[in-house]
Amino acid sequence: MAAEPLTSSSYIKHHLTNLTYGKFPEGHEHAGHWGFAHSAQDAQAMGFWAINVDSMLFSIGLGMLFLWLFRKVAKTATVDVPGGWQNFVEWIVEFIDTSVRGSFSAKNDMVAPLALTLFIWIFLMNLMDLIAVDHIPWLASLLGVSHLKIVSTTDPNITFGLALPVFFLVLYYSVKIKGLGGFLGELAFHPFPKWMAPVNLLLEGVTLIARPLSHSLRLFGNMYAGEMIFILIALMYGGGIALGAFGGLLQLGWAIFHILIITLQAFIFMTLTIVYLDMAHQETH
Amino acid sequence: MNFNATLIGQTITFIVFVWFCMKFIWPPIMHALEARRKKIADGLAASERGKHEQELAEERATEILREAKDKAGEIITRAEKRGGEIIDEAKVDARDEGERLLTSARAEIDQEINRAKEDLRGQVVSIALAGAGKVLEREVDQSAHDELLTKLAAEI
Repeated sequence: MAAEPLTSSSYIKHHLTNLTYGKFPEGHEHAGHWGFAHSAQDAQAMGFWAINVDSMLFSIGLGMLFLWLFRKVAKTATVDVPGGWQNFVEWIVEFIDTSVRGSFSAKNDMVAPLALTLFIWIFLMNLMDLIAVDHIPWLASLLGVSHLKIVSTTDPNITFGLALPVFFLVLYYSVKIKGLGGFLGELAFHPFPKWMAPVNLLLEGVTLIARPLSHSLRLFGNMYAGEMIFILIALMYGGGIALGAFGGLLQLGWAIFHILIITLQAFIFMTLTIVYLDMAHQETH
Repeated sequence: MNFNATLIGQTITFIVFVWFCMKFIWPPIMHALEARRKKIADGLAASERGKHEQELAEERATEILREAKDKAGEIITRAEKRGGEIIDEAKVDARDEGERLLTSARAEIDQEINRAKEDLRGQVVSIALAGAGKVLEREVDQSAHDELLTKLAAEI
């Protein structure tokens, strides 16, 4: 914020704060009003019924971009020699289809589109990480937007928003395929014999709960750390020409390395989704 | 890291996007891919069939060629045989014709000889008569001595 003195920690904090819209809490100067949080503390104080506008906008925008790009091909998909973009899309679709066929043994028409959506969407959201950290927030600040995080996947709300539906799908299909008894039995009668059911239940329960947590936190953690390093590198630009040039080199190196990470994280998220759903469809453990 | 309604927003967005992808993106693309796969498979099968047919055609062509060769050989053999026959016939004919010509030539020669003999005989008779007339100094009566002369001519 313009009013604050620009220190390293305020710079970092600023970059890690979402643009949050919510109701100001009691005790605040704007108490009772709806508006954008001015700081991380404000955002925290707004409680659950606030929304990270930047995360949502970039998430929805990139998701729409994905749907639009792929829908264009889906509408005009020809059997004859495919054009450039169609070829690319078909390559991705084929790749996802192969992945799903490889890990998912049951029959479910939802899994492949789900995997495709997750992979491309997460990839696009991660891709925003490669845009230099200050560019878009600076443009936004010209428009009077105080905070802007352009990488939606560095917001745990987004990653949990992806992992939780997957988790509920896993629960739904587990119960649907195995029956409630079968599902509970699977939780209670493994890995030890039946008389140790409570211990089994505890172990399997933890495993079950750990899945969506690790699923979403893995993506969040990787992207958050990557973003953090970009921010730290960006700090070096303020340290004179020599340090700035070194920072430029570092940024280039990290960005190139990050291309691998963003793809890999998108792929891991997708693969885990497929694997979890496959486990939900397996009759026997 | 504070949780708020973004979680719910993202969940709803996610569900909508997956639904859209499932309804409007995945099926048409998969359909196109499947159709193309089928088309390529058909094309490959057709080419395979074509190759097979070509092989068959080649076989048939070889067969026909061999038959034609056999037939040609047969025809040549027959023609040669016929040629031989014709030559033989011609030889026989020629020999017959030659003999015939020879015979007729001989007959003609005989005739000529006879005619010449007759002439000569006549002339000898006249010369003899002239000689005798000269010797006798008188005309020999041709008619009176015709019998004698004919006898004489026959002896010559």
